[in-house]
Amino acid sequence: MTNTKLLEFTKKYTMIIVLVLVFGLFAILTGGSILLPANISNIISQNAYVFILATGMLLCILTGGNIDLSVGSVVCFVGAVGAKLMVELKVPMILTVLIMLVVGTAIGAFQAFWIAYVRIPPFIVTLAGMLAFRGLSNVVLNGLTISVKECTSFVNLFGGGANCYIPDVFNFGGINGLCLIVGIVFAALYVVLELKKRLTKIKKDYEVESAVSFWVKTVLIAAVIFAFAFRLAQHKGIPTVLIWVFLVILIYGYITSNTTVGRSFYAVGGNEKATKLSGINTNKVYFLAYTNMGLLAALAGMVTIARLTSAQPTYGQNYEMDAIGSCFIGGASAYGGIGTVPGVIVGAVLMGVINMGMSLMGVDANMQKVVKGMVLLAAVIFDVVSKRGKWFAKG
Amino acid sequence: MAKILLEMRDITKTFPGVKALSNVNLKVEEGEIHALVGENGAGKSTLMNVLSGIYPYGTYEGDIVYDGEVCKFNKIKDSEAKGIVIIHQELALVPYMTIGENMFLGNERGSKFRINWNETNELAAKYLKMVGLNESPQVLIKDIGVGKQQLVEIAKAMAKNARLLILDEPTASLNEEDSRALLDLLLKFKQNGLTSIIISHKLNEVSYVADKITVIRDGCTIETLDKNVDDFSEARIIKGMVGREIADRFPKREKHIGDIKLEVRNWTAYHPLYSGRKVVDNVNFNVRRGEIVGISGLMGAGRTELAMSLFGKSYGDNISGQVFIDGKEVHMNTVKEAIAHKLAYVTEDRKGNGLILSNTIKLNTTLANLEEVSSHSVIDKDREFAAADDYRKKLSIKCPSVEQNVGNLSGGNMQKVLLAKWMFATPDILILDEPTRGIDVGAKYEIYCIMNQLVAEGKSVIMISSEMPEILGMCDRIYIMNEGRMVGELDASEASQEAIMSHIIKAG
Repeated sequence: MTNTKLLEFTKKYTMIIVLVLVFGLFAILTGGSILLPANISNIISQNAYVFILATGMLLCILTGGNIDLSVGSVVCFVGAVGAKLMVELKVPMILTVLIMLVVGTAIGAFQAFWIAYVRIPPFIVTLAGMLAFRGLSNVVLNGLTISVKECTSFVNLFGGGANCYIPDVFNFGGINGLCLIVGIVFAALYVVLELKKRLTKIKKDYEVESAVSFWVKTVLIAAVIFAFAFRLAQHKGIPTVLIWVFLVILIYGYITSNTTVGRSFYAVGGNEKATKLSGINTNKVYFLAYTNMGLLAALAGMVTIARLTSAQPTYGQNYEMDAIGSCFIGGASAYGGIGTVPGVIVGAVLMGVINMGMSLMGVDANMQKVVKGMVLLAAVIFDVVSKRGKWFAKG
Repeated sequence: MAKILLEMRDITKTFPGVKALSNVNLKVEEGEIHALVGENGAGKSTLMNVLSGIYPYGTYEGDIVYDGEVCKFNKIKDSEAKGIVIIHQELALVPYMTIGENMFLGNERGSKFRINWNETNELAAKYLKMVGLNESPQVLIKDIGVGKQQLVEIAKAMAKNARLLILDEPTASLNEEDSRALLDLLLKFKQNGLTSIIISHKLNEVSYVADKITVIRDGCTIETLDKNVDDFSEARIIKGMVGREIADRFPKREKHIGDIKLEVRNWTAYHPLYSGRKVVDNVNFNVRRGEIVGISGLMGAGRTELAMSLFGKSYGDNISGQVFIDGKEVHMNTVKEAIAHKLAYVTEDRKGNGLILSNTIKLNTTLANLEEVSSHSVIDKDREFAAADDYRKKLSIKCPSVEQNVGNLSGGNMQKVLLAKWMFATPDILILDEPTRGIDVGAKYEIYCIMNQLVAEGKSVIMISSEMPEILGMCDRIYIMNEGRMVGELDASEASQEAIMSHIIKAG
C-alpha cells in the first residue's frame, strides 16, 4: 500500500481505527475484563438510549449543525407519563406505549413548529423545552419515584436489565443457541448482500474496489458480527433492547442513505438556499427533523424506565449531551450536511467503551467526564482542521 | 508635472482557472482624482483589492510603487498605515453602533484597556464637520440614510489620515442630490491635496469629477484619458470600454424560432425588507420556442430579482403580474410549481445559491429532479449514478468520478454541474443568470455550445448577462433593463454595445 493510499484509508476509517485501538487499550488496561461476555452485553444495554437518541440527533445536526437540548427532559417526561399511566391508572401496556409515542411526537412537533416555520433558533426553543419538560416531569411524578417493576411485560419488552433477554428456543447447554444462530444468519446475510451489490455493479460496468480489499473488508465485518453474537450467546443471549436499537439503526440508516427525504436533510445542511431553489420545502425538513427527535425521545424514554424499572424526575439528565457527543465523535459535521447513521453508532459505541473501560478500571466518575469531554473536543478539532487542511483559521 | 503618488506596474492576478488581471498599469499623480471605468468583471475591483492588501503580496505579480517605494502589503492594515484607504461598494458599517463607534472601529481611541469615549466623540465630531455631515456622533448608524452613511465612511477614512482614498461605486445607492454633494466633497478635498481613485459606472459623474480616466477591459489597461488633452465625452469613454471586435468566440447555430413560449405581463416585485422599494417595476417580456433572449443591464438593474421572482416567487414581496406559458396563464407560487411548469433558473451565484459544495457531483446533479431516479421516494442509487455519469460525459465535466465533491472543481466545471442539474430537471424554459461569470474563455465556449444545443432541441433560453459581447454574440433578441424597468428591446440585427449602453444611460 502506498503512502497516499494509506492516508486515504485512515481518513475514511478513522473512527473505526480509533475504536479498535481504544478497545484494545482497555482490553490491556482492564486485564481483558472488558471483553467478558457480561460486559459486552452491558455496553449495549447501558447505552441503548444513546444509540436511539444519537440517531435522531443526527437528523437535527445534518440540517445545519442544529442540536436539540430538550431530549433529556423529554425522555424523563414521557417516561413519567408512561409510568403514571401503567402503574397508577392501570392502562394496558400496548395503549401506554402508543400514548407515550404520541406524546413524544407531539412535543417534538410543538418545538419543530417554532423552529421550522417561525424560525426561532433551535438552541433557544429546545433550551426552553429542556427547562419546561424537566419541570413538568416533576409535576407529573409529584417529585416522587414510580416503580414499574410490576409491569413485567413492559420491562421485558423494552429493558436491558436482569431478565430482559429473548428466550432461547434452542437449548445448546451453557450457550444461548438462538443468539448464536441469529449471529450466523446475520453474518452470512451481510456477506451475501455485499456480494450481490458488488455483482450488480460489475454487471453494469461501474467502478468497484479491488477484490482483495472487498473480501478483507466483508469477511472482517462478518467476523465482528459473529464474534459479537458469540459473546452475547455466552452471556444470556440477545437483550430485548437490542431489537429496538437494531430496528432504529436499520430504518434510519435506510432513510438517510436511500430515500429522497433523507437526501433533503443533507441538502439543507449543505446549502439551504440552493436546496430551496431546487424545489425542496426546507421548512418541512426542519419540521421533520425535530418532530422525529420527539418520537425517538419517547422510545428512549421507554427504554430508560424499563432498564431502571422506575420513573424519577431526575432521569435523562445529560442524555442530550451523550447524543450530541456521539454524533460529533462519529463524524457528523458541526456545520451540517455531513454525517451517517453508521458513523454515529460507531461514535456512540466509542463513548460506551470509554465509559465501561474507565468504570472497570475504577476511574473516578468525575475524571470520566473530563476524559469524555476531551474526546469530544479532539474529535471536532480533528473534523474541522482536517477539512481546512491547516491548523489555524485566518484572523 | 506633479509627483506620481502611486504607480502599479504590470499587475497580473490569476484566480484558479481565470486570469483576472493581466499586466495592468496605473499611474496616479498626487492631488488628482483618477477614475477607473470598465464593464462589470473587467477587473477594477480586483485591482483595488490588490492595492489595498486584501490580496496580499505574493498572490499577484508586478509591483506597487507608492510614494517612491515598492510596497509589499500583507493585509489591509499595512496599506492603511501608509494612508491608502478603500471604501467598498457595500458599506462596512455596523448598524447598531453609533457613528463615533463605527468611525474608530478597530482604531479605538484611548488605551487598550479603556476606550476614551470623550476623545472618540470629539474627534468624530471634527471629522463629521469636515465632510459636512450635521449629525451627532452618538446617533446609531441604522437611524441615518444611505447618503449620510456614505459620508460617515468618508469621515472614517479621513480619521485614518488617508492620503489616497479609493471609492468603489460610491454613488451606486445614492440619489441625484446626495451623489452631487458627495462628488463636490471630493473636489473640495482635492483642493486640500487629497488624492482619490474613484470607480464608477456613472459616466456623467466621472467626466464631472475626474482629472484622468483609466479604462480597463478584460483585465487589461486599454488607455488613460487626460482631461486637458482628450475628449471626455460619454461616447468617447464608452468606445474605450466596449470597443472590441467580436471574433469567433461564439459558436454559430441555425435558427428555428417558433411560437411564443413564455410571456410575462406587468410583472412587479417589491424588496423583501424595504417594503416600499420596487425592485421589478411593471416588466413585460416574452421568449419564443428555440430562441435565446438576452437581458442586459448593469449590476443592480433588477435582472436577477426579476428572474427569481418569476421562479416560484423565490425573491421579493407583493409580487403581481401575469405569466403565460404556451398562451395559458400559470401560477407559480413555489419553486416546486415552477419546476413542474418546466421552468429552470440557473443562478448567478453557483457557490452560494446553486450547489452543495460539501457533497458529490452525483447528489447535486439529481437534486432538482429526484423523482426521476426514485420510486416511492426510495432512490435507486444505480440509476442515479448512471444519470449523473451520463451528464458528466455529455457536458464533459472534468473530474475523476461523479462521487467527487463539487467544492473541489474549478469554476467552469462547477458551472457545468449546475447546468447538468437543471438540464436533468428537463425544463422547457431555462433562465441562465450570468452563466459564464468567472470562468475562462474555453469553458465559456463550451457553455455557449450547450446553450445552442438546448435551443436546437426546441427549448427557450433567457440569458441574463453583464458581458455585452456575449449578449450580442449569443442572443436573438435583447431586452435592456435598468432600475427595475425594461427600458429597451433590440433585435440582434440592430443591436450594438453602443446602442445598449446608450439605452441604459438615457434611462438612468
